[in-house]
Amino acid sequence: MLEILRKTDIDFMGKRRWAFLFSGIMVVLGIVAVIQVARGSANLGIDFAGGTAVQLKFDQAIRVDEARKALEANGLADAELQEFGQENKLLIRLKASTTIEEKVAERVVAVFTKEFPSNHFVVDSSMEIGPTIGQKLQQDALIAVVISFAGIIFYVAARFELRFGIAAALATFHDVLAVLGAFYVLDKEITLLVVTALLTLAGYSMTDTVVVFDRIRENLRMRRRDTEETIINNAVNQVLSRTIVTSLTVVLVLIPLALAGGEVLHDFSLALLWGVIFGTYSSIFVASPLLLLWPGASGRLLKRS
Amino acid sequence: MKKVGGRLTLLALVVVMSVIFFIPSYQPFYQALPGWLKRVMPNKGITLGLDLQGGIHLVMEVDEERAVEIAVDRSVVSLQDLLVDKKIPVESVARTGPTQITIQFQNAEVKAQIQKMTDDYPTFSETESAGSANRLVWELRAIEVKRIKDSAINQALETIRNRIDQFGVAEPMVQRQGLKQIVVQLPGVKEPKRARDLIKETALLEFKMLDEDNQPKLDLPARIPKDKEADVLKQVEGKLPEGDQILFERAFEKDTGREYRIPYLVKKRVMLTGDVLSDARVSIGQFNDPYVSITFDAKGGREFERITGDNVKKRMAVVLDNTIYSAPVIQDRITGGRAQITGTFSMQEANDLAIVLRAGALPAPLKIIQDLTVGPSLGKDSIEKGVQATLFAGAMVVVFMIVYYRMSGVIADFALVLNLLCLIGALSALNATLTLPGIAGIVLTMGMGVDSNVLIFERIREELRLGKAVRLAVDGGYDKALLTIVDSHVTTLITGVALFLFGTGPIKGFAVTLCLGIGINLFTALIGTKVIFDLLNQRRKVEQLSI
Repeated sequence: MLEILRKTDIDFMGKRRWAFLFSGIMVVLGIVAVIQVARGSANLGIDFAGGTAVQLKFDQAIRVDEARKALEANGLADAELQEFGQENKLLIRLKASTTIEEKVAERVVAVFTKEFPSNHFVVDSSMEIGPTIGQKLQQDALIAVVISFAGIIFYVAARFELRFGIAAALATFHDVLAVLGAFYVLDKEITLLVVTALLTLAGYSMTDTVVVFDRIRENLRMRRRDTEETIINNAVNQVLSRTIVTSLTVVLVLIPLALAGGEVLHDFSLALLWGVIFGTYSSIFVASPLLLLWPGASGRLLKRS
Repeated sequence: MKKVGGRLTLLALVVVMSVIFFIPSYQPFYQALPGWLKRVMPNKGITLGLDLQGGIHLVMEVDEERAVEIAVDRSVVSLQDLLVDKKIPVESVARTGPTQITIQFQNAEVKAQIQKMTDDYPTFSETESAGSANRLVWELRAIEVKRIKDSAINQALETIRNRIDQFGVAEPMVQRQGLKQIVVQLPGVKEPKRARDLIKETALLEFKMLDEDNQPKLDLPARIPKDKEADVLKQVEGKLPEGDQILFERAFEKDTGREYRIPYLVKKRVMLTGDVLSDARVSIGQFNDPYVSITFDAKGGREFERITGDNVKKRMAVVLDNTIYSAPVIQDRITGGRAQITGTFSMQEANDLAIVLRAGALPAPLKIIQDLTVGPSLGKDSIEKGVQATLFAGAMVVVFMIVYYRMSGVIADFALVLNLLCLIGALSALNATLTLPGIAGIVLTMGMGVDSNVLIFERIREELRLGKAVRLAVDGGYDKALLTIVDSHVTTLITGVALFLFGTGPIKGFAVTLCLGIGINLFTALIGTKVIFDLLNQRRKVEQLSI
C-alpha cells in the first residue's frame, strides 16, 4: 500500500487563530476587489466592461513599444497591449469609452496594415462588445452566483445542520474572494471565463468541504465522550489523505492546462488551480473551525442517533 | 454472492450507445461507413463552437424607433402624392415628430378637404388640440406603432436570413433573442468583414430627383474628400430650399482609385423605392466594369415609365442608404421595367449589392452590440493545444492512480475512460456545441471522477486496516462513501445548473459538460467500478486486494 500519509494526528483546530488571520487578509483583499469591480476601476475584461479586443498574428516579431507608437499616432492612445512572445501574437484592447459603431477593430487593423507594411499579419480574433451587453452579463453573473450560493446553503443545511450550511458557504465564499483578490492584486483581467472559473471552484471547494463535514457528522453521531474540538480534529485527520490525493489529481490535471492549454485557457485554469489550493486549505482550516465558533449548537445531528 | 449480470449488461449497453452516438462526431470514420448503416445511425454529432472552428457571432438590435420614423416618412410621401393628384393646394407636409405629421395650408376650405381624406389613412388620428385654421396635425396610433415595431424585427430576421442564404454559409444561425435582439452565428466564415457588411447594410434603394434649378445658388464644391461631408452640410445649414436635402455621390479617381464625394442638392421626395424590384443581377459593361441591372415588378415598371417620361432631360439620383451611386440624365421615357445601377464597383461589391437588393431592405438600421470574430487559425490552435493538454493531463492522472492504488488504480482508470466515453457520447447525442470552456469542463469532470474513486478507495483501505475481509471491506467502503459522493456531486450540480440558467454562450457549454459529467461520474463510480470489484470477488476468493 503506497501512502502519502500514514495515520496522522495533527492539531488543526489549535491553529485556527493563525488560519483565521491569514484568511481574514485574503478575504479583505477579495472584498476590496469586489468593491473595485463594482466601481468599475478593476481590470474588467472587455466582455464585462464593453470595448474592443483584437488579436493579431504577425509573420515576424513585433515590438510592443513600436506598436503602441503606431496606435498613438493614429488616435488610439488608450490601447492596452499584450504580446504572446514566441508566436508573434499581439493582443490589443480598447475599453468602453469607444462605442462599437466606430468600428474600432477595423481601425486597429488599418493602423497595422499602414504602419507595418512589411510585416504581414492575420486577425486571430476580434471582439467588440457594446456597454449594454456588458452590464447584462454582469447582472447575469451576479444572479448565477447568488442562486448557486442560496441553493448550496439550503442543500447543506437540509443534509446536515444550519451551522454546517453556513460554515460551508462562508468557506466557499472565502475561496472565491481569495482568488478574486489574488487576480486583483496581480492586475489580471477579470473576464467572463474567470467568473466561470470562480463559480466552478465554488462548486469544487464545496465538494471538498462536504467530504470533511460528512466525516465530522459521522463521528459526531458516534457520540464519543471527546470534546467537539477533538472530534472535528479526528475527522479532518481521517480524511486528510483523501483530501490531499484528490487535490493532487485535480492539480495534476490543471497544471498542463494552465501551462500548455493555450492563451484562452490559461487564466481560466490558473483561477481554478488557485481555487483548488484555497479550497483544500479552507475545508481544513476555515470550514471546520467555523463550526466551533457556534458553540453548543449540538442540534439534531446529535439527537438523532 | 451478488449478481453482477444485470449491471454488466447495463454497462455494456451504455458503452455501445456512447460509441454509436459518438461516431457522427468523427467525420472521417462516419463517412467511411456503408450507406445503409449511416441511415440507421444518428447523423449529427458534436458541433464545434465558434471559438474552435472560427467564425462570427453577432448580436444586433433593430432600431425600432427609426423603423417607426421611416414608416411615418413613407406616409408623408404618399400623402404628398395624393394631395398633388387631388389638386389640393397645401404649403407643406412634413414629419414633425417621431410619430407626427403636420400639414400646413392656406384656408379652412382646404382643411375640410384634407379631413375627408383621413379614411385613406386609418392608422393616423387627428390631434385637434395641436391644429389650427391652417394647420392639421396627425398622430400615428399607438397600436400601429407597436405593430410596426413588432414587424420590424421579424422583417429584419427574414431579410437577414435571405441574405445569408444567398451569401452561402454552412449551418448559419439567425435567431431572435429577447424582444428586439437578433443573434447571427456564421461558423467558419472566411471573410468576416464582408459578411458583416452584407448583414448590416440597410439596403434601402430610392430614386430621387436632383434639384438642378436651385443647386447653383448654393455654391457647392465640385468635389470633396471622403469623410468631409459634415463641412459641406454645415456650410449650407439654413440655406436649403424647402423639401430638399444634400446627398453625396461616391466616386473614384480614375488613375489612383482614391475615393471622393460629390455633393448634390436632391429633392427629398422619393419617386420610387426598392420595394418594387423583382430581381437584381450583376452584369458586365462594355469596359469590363460590373454593374447591377435591376428589374421592376409590373407596378414598379409602370411607375418607372411614368416618372422617366415626366422628367426627360432631368437628372435622377439612384440612392442606396443615403449615398448616391449615380445621377444620370434621363434621356427618354424608359419602358420595359429595367434600370441599371452603375458606379465604380468591384465584381464582389456588385455581387453583394445584387444580393442585398434581391433580399430586400431592412425595415430599419441595425446596431451591432456584440461582435465576436475568431479567425480559423486561432480555432485550430486552440483545439490542438486544448486536446494536447487534455491528453497529457489525463495521462498524468492515469499513471498517478496506478502508482498509488496499483490494481485498484487500474480499475479507477477504467472508470475514467468509461467516463470520458460516456461524456462524449452524451454530448454527441445532445448535439451539443463544444467550446473551449467545454473542453475545460471535460477535464474538470475527469478530475472529479477520480475524486469519487479516491474517496471509495480510502474508505476501503480504512476498512482493510480494521482487519475486515476483502469483500466486506469493498462493500463497506462503497456504502460509506456513497453518501459523501452524492452530497458532493449534488452541491456541484447546483452550481452547474445555476451556470446553465444564467450563463451565455461559452459558459453555457461549460455548464452542460459539467452537469452531464456529474451524472456520468455518479454512474461510473457507483456502478462501473463496483461491478468489477464484485466480479473479481466472485471468480475466486480474493485474499489480498491490491489497493
